[in-house]
Amino acid sequence: MRKYARIERDALPSHLDAWIERYGVFAPMMRDGVRRFGVLSAGSDAQPGPWLTKVPVKEMFLPQTECLYRYRRGTNGGLEIETPQDPARLRLIFGVRPCDARALTLLDHVFRSTDRPDPYYCARRESTILVGIGCSEPRSVCFCTSVGGSPFGEEGLDVLLVETGGDYVAKALTLKGEALIAEMPEAAPEDTETLIAEARRHAEASMGDAVLTAGLKERLDSGFDAPLWDRIHEPCIGCGVCAFLCPTCHCFDLAHEADTRSVAGDAGRCVRGWDTCMFSLFTRQASGVNPRPSGKERMRQRLMHKFRYFVENYGEAACVGCGRCIANCPTACDIRETIARIDDAAEADSHAQET
Amino acid sequence: MNDRSEEIRRVAKRLLAEGKADVVIGFRDSRLPLRATPHFARTPAEADQLVWGLGCTSNLAKYLLDREECVAVVAKGCDVRAIVATVKENQVNRDRVTIIGVPCAGVVSWQKLEAVLNGRDLTEAIQDGDTLVLRGREFEQRVAISDLLQDACRTCTVHEPVVCDVRIASSAPAGGRTDEFADIREFEALSPDERWEWFRREFSRCIRCYACRNACPACYCEQCFVDSTNPEWIGKGNDLTDTLIFHIVRAFHSAGRCVDCGACERACPMGIDLRRLTRKVQKDVKELFGADAGVDPDSPPALAVFRPDDPEDFTW
Repeated sequence: MRKYARIERDALPSHLDAWIERYGVFAPMMRDGVRRFGVLSAGSDAQPGPWLTKVPVKEMFLPQTECLYRYRRGTNGGLEIETPQDPARLRLIFGVRPCDARALTLLDHVFRSTDRPDPYYCARRESTILVGIGCSEPRSVCFCTSVGGSPFGEEGLDVLLVETGGDYVAKALTLKGEALIAEMPEAAPEDTETLIAEARRHAEASMGDAVLTAGLKERLDSGFDAPLWDRIHEPCIGCGVCAFLCPTCHCFDLAHEADTRSVAGDAGRCVRGWDTCMFSLFTRQASGVNPRPSGKERMRQRLMHKFRYFVENYGEAACVGCGRCIANCPTACDIRETIARIDDAAEADSHAQET
Repeated sequence: MNDRSEEIRRVAKRLLAEGKADVVIGFRDSRLPLRATPHFARTPAEADQLVWGLGCTSNLAKYLLDREECVAVVAKGCDVRAIVATVKENQVNRDRVTIIGVPCAGVVSWQKLEAVLNGRDLTEAIQDGDTLVLRGREFEQRVAISDLLQDACRTCTVHEPVVCDVRIASSAPAGGRTDEFADIREFEALSPDERWEWFRREFSRCIRCYACRNACPACYCEQCFVDSTNPEWIGKGNDLTDTLIFHIVRAFHSAGRCVDCGACERACPMGIDLRRLTRKVQKDVKELFGADAGVDPDSPPALAVFRPDDPEDFTW
C-alpha cells in the first residue's frame, strides 16, 4: 500500500466527510469559547490548524471523569459488578499536534504496559486513528525540540499531514494510516520526504531558545534538598491548571460514589478522575499527616516526576514541550525558567564544592 | 522601563535596606508579553527586577496569608481592598505589612487577549498611548487597551488605593464608570430556566483545577470543603452537580468578603464568567446591608455585625 498521498485543500472536506461515514471523527473546534477536541459533523466545519488546543487530546483517552464500574448488592447478598462499555465504533482524531501525539506514547508507558495494561485506556487507544498536522509555525511557548520531540514528529501518529503551498501531503506511519490514505492520489515518496524534511528543518530553526534538559535528571538526583526549592514555588498558587492541561500528566484519584437512591450505600459507582500532585489532598493520609505539606514539596514532586522518576522508569521525560503550562498558568510561572534555575543552582553548588 | 517600575524598585530597595521589610512582593516580567509573574525580592538585585504594567494581574494580597516575614507588598487598588478585608478578618497582621500603593487604571485580561489573538502567537506588545500594538510572526494589530481590560477593572471603584504606606506617584485614572451592577440586574430579570441554561453552559466547562479558589485572597480556609474526604461533601469529578455546588458554595462563602478584584476570573483557564456569581452576592450585601468589603478599614466586616433591624425577608 502507498505511504504517501496528496490532498488538495479543496478536497479535504470531502475526505473528512468520507471518514465521518466510517468513524466517529473528532477535531479541534471552539466549544463554548474554548478550543478543544469535539465531534466533527461535517468536513467543511474543520479548521485544520495545527491548533494548540487549550485542552490536550489526552482528554479523549483519559477523560477528566470516568466510571470504571458500577456495583450493587445482589439479591443473594453477593456483589454485582457492571463495567461500562465504550461504544465499539472506531474513532478518528483529526488535527492532532505532534507534541500531543507524542504525549500519548508517554502515557502508553503507564497505561499500556504489557504487565499491567489499563483496559479503559487501551480500548480507546486501540479504537482510535490519529491524524496529525505538522506545526509549520511553532509558538513562542513551544520547546518540543528540547525534550526529544519535533514540530513534525511522527511518534504516536497514524498519518502526518504536512501543509505545502495551501495543499497537504499525507504520510502514513502505520498500517491503519496506510488504509486511511489508500484511495487518495499517490505522492512521490522521495519528493515528499524531501518536502517534509525541509518543512521540519524550517520549523525547528524557528523555535525559541533551547531549554537545557541534558543532565537535568542527574541534577535532580542530587538536588532533592537543594535550597532552590524553598524559593522556586513562591509565585505558585497550587492550582491544577498546569497538570490538568498537561498532555502527559496522568495522576488520578479513585472514588466510590454511593448512588443517592441506594439504601445504605448498597449501590454506586467507582469513578476515576484527574488528580494532581499540586493539590494538598493528593498526599494527605487518613491520619491527617501530609508528607508534602506545602507548595515547596508539591512543586518539587511535579518536576521530579516529569524529569527524574519518569526518566528512571521509562527512559524519557514526561514532558513534550507543548507550552500549555506556561501559557495558562494564572501566575505566569514558566517551566523553562524553572529548569534553568535548577541548572544554575546545580552549577553554583558544584562551584561551592570545588572551592 | 516606565517611571512607576523605577519608583517601585527604589522604594523596595529602601525598605529592604532600612529593615522595614524582609521581602518585597511585587511583579517581574515573564517571558510572555503582557504577563507579569509575582516576584519575591529579598536583595537589591532582586528588587531591580520589579516592574509595573498592564500584565500585573495577580492579587498579591494572597501571598500575605500565612507569612511570617515582615513584608512590603506592591498593591493596586483591589489588592489593597483585599488586604484591608483580610486584616479585618484577622488573617493578616497589618503591623507587619508595608503597603506600596499603586494607582491603577486596570490590567489586561488574558482571556480577552486570547480571544483577540484567536490562535495567533503573540511575541510582542507595545503600549502606545491608549492603544496596544500586538505583534506576532506575521501580524500586527492595534487594539484599544480599554477593550482588553478585565471586566472587574471596568467597574472598579478603587483605582486609587484606599490605604497605603508608600504611594507610587502617578495620576489616579479617571473613573467614568457606568452602572456597576447593570449586567447583574439584567441577569436577575431572566427566568429561572434561562438562568439555569446559562449556568449549565458556563460551568460545564469547569475542569475543577481550583485556580479560582487558589487565586482568591478571600479563600483561605485551612481546609476547603471540597477537600474534605470525611465527610466527602461533594464528588471530585467534573459532574455538573458537583461543579455547581463548588462554585455556588464558594460564592456564598465570599458574601460580604469578596472585594471583586476579579482574581478568580483572571485565573480561570477556561474563561468562565465567575464574577456573575460573586457579584450577585456582592450586590445583595451592598443593597441589604450597605456593606462593601475592603473599602473602609474602620468599619467591621458585614458578617461580624448584627443589627435588630437587619433585613431578613430573604430568609424563610
